[in-house]
Amino acid sequence: MSENLKNVLLKPIFKGNPISVLVLGICSSLAVTVQLKGALVMALSVTIVTGLSSFVVSLMRKSIPNRVRIIVQLVVVAMMVILVDQVLKAYAYSVSKSLSVYIGLIITNCIVMGRIEAFALGNKPGLSLLDGLANGLGYGLILVIVAFVRELLGSGSILGFQIIPESFYAAGYMNNGLMILPPFALILLGCFIWIQRSIQKDLQEK
Amino acid sequence: MNTNSNVYTIIYTSVLVIVVAAILAFAATILKPAQEANVKVETMSQILSAAGVSQDNLSNNEIIDLFYKEVSATLVATVDGSSEEVFDKDNKPQIFAVSYLKVQQSLINKGQQNECKLPVYCFANGLKVVPIYGAGLWGPIWGYIAFNQDNATVYGAIFDHKGETPGLGAKIAEKPFYSQFAGKSILDEAGNFVSISVVKGGAKGSRNGVDAVSGGSITSKAVDTSIRTWIGAYRNFFLACTPMLLNNVEE
Repeated sequence: MSENLKNVLLKPIFKGNPISVLVLGICSSLAVTVQLKGALVMALSVTIVTGLSSFVVSLMRKSIPNRVRIIVQLVVVAMMVILVDQVLKAYAYSVSKSLSVYIGLIITNCIVMGRIEAFALGNKPGLSLLDGLANGLGYGLILVIVAFVRELLGSGSILGFQIIPESFYAAGYMNNGLMILPPFALILLGCFIWIQRSIQKDLQEK
Repeated sequence: MNTNSNVYTIIYTSVLVIVVAAILAFAATILKPAQEANVKVETMSQILSAAGVSQDNLSNNEIIDLFYKEVSATLVATVDGSSEEVFDKDNKPQIFAVSYLKVQQSLINKGQQNECKLPVYCFANGLKVVPIYGAGLWGPIWGYIAFNQDNATVYGAIFDHKGETPGLGAKIAEKPFYSQFAGKSILDEAGNFVSISVVKGGAKGSRNGVDAVSGGSITSKAVDTSIRTWIGAYRNFFLACTPMLLNNVEE
């Protein structure tokens, strides 16, 4: 059991990372990683949504009519997403503004539905909660790494604080404009998948 | 129990939807005051920014206090130039949200300019801040423009948008774009109303033009159109409160 628990918690972080191994949830990871702050809030939001949705669906798993299973899951996920969105609007207004539609779009994030279908429907609520949280964290980890690189090289700052000193700019250093645009997130993500595959040989196709 | 029967499915989904709706309605009701306060403070903050009032690191409450200290009155103007002072329920100068600007814009679009009531925020130091609103590339754009006492020269401006393209059109909300507006005039040398044009290149040193955002042509054009439409609608109001403009003696 403890081996199983460890697997549930750790696998999504690296070995079975939802972004870099399963390649799910790519769209939002491109859109919200220009600034680290946005990426952190997005990571937290997705973690909460995947965790709680998995938990609730797992509680209901024995009673859900099989034919409307997906719709029932969607209703639960949608509720969680709207709650997160409303709370952010009330207590973290500026972040919620900068994330704009992407909070609402967590609903379409494949990780959420994927974990519910693959895990929560067949496991106990406690374990499902952990699985959801761990997958959210795995997603968040990649988001934060990508956002770190993009904000540092694209804006010269981290979390809004200027990191690259003025003297560099005076000496001719310029922020990389390409970093701010979505394509570079995809390139960074590609690099990350490349690194992971060269470490984890079993992921390579023959 | 047979969880696949039709009756069970219908009852199950109905109950689920009602429960979810109740939870969401409850949450929305609880959170609404905080959300509305945020939107109001954001509007205040943008009006203050247009008038050049810095508010770095201020909390929401400090921004509210600062706003009522700086803004002495809110007027609503009509297109024929008359105006009246308006107060909110606490007898303070009223704040109009972006949603209000949208309503006014739709009146203008329908050709019912005469029914418009356009907000003017009067600062204690004589500046007047007026909003603009329009359709950007992906959604609405809006902004606030502060005019000097001559009601023709821009003191400062600020723009915001719902969802313009990041890195391109979204740059209208960044300082390099909006800081260009300071010192520009909505009148030409002869004193005729010409608005402020957002042009492609060559605006440097121009009296009535600012440079557009490169790669953001449609958004820039939208800013141009919004200013033209809205400042045009305020024109009679400005004339009414600055009689000297009528005689073209504006310096």
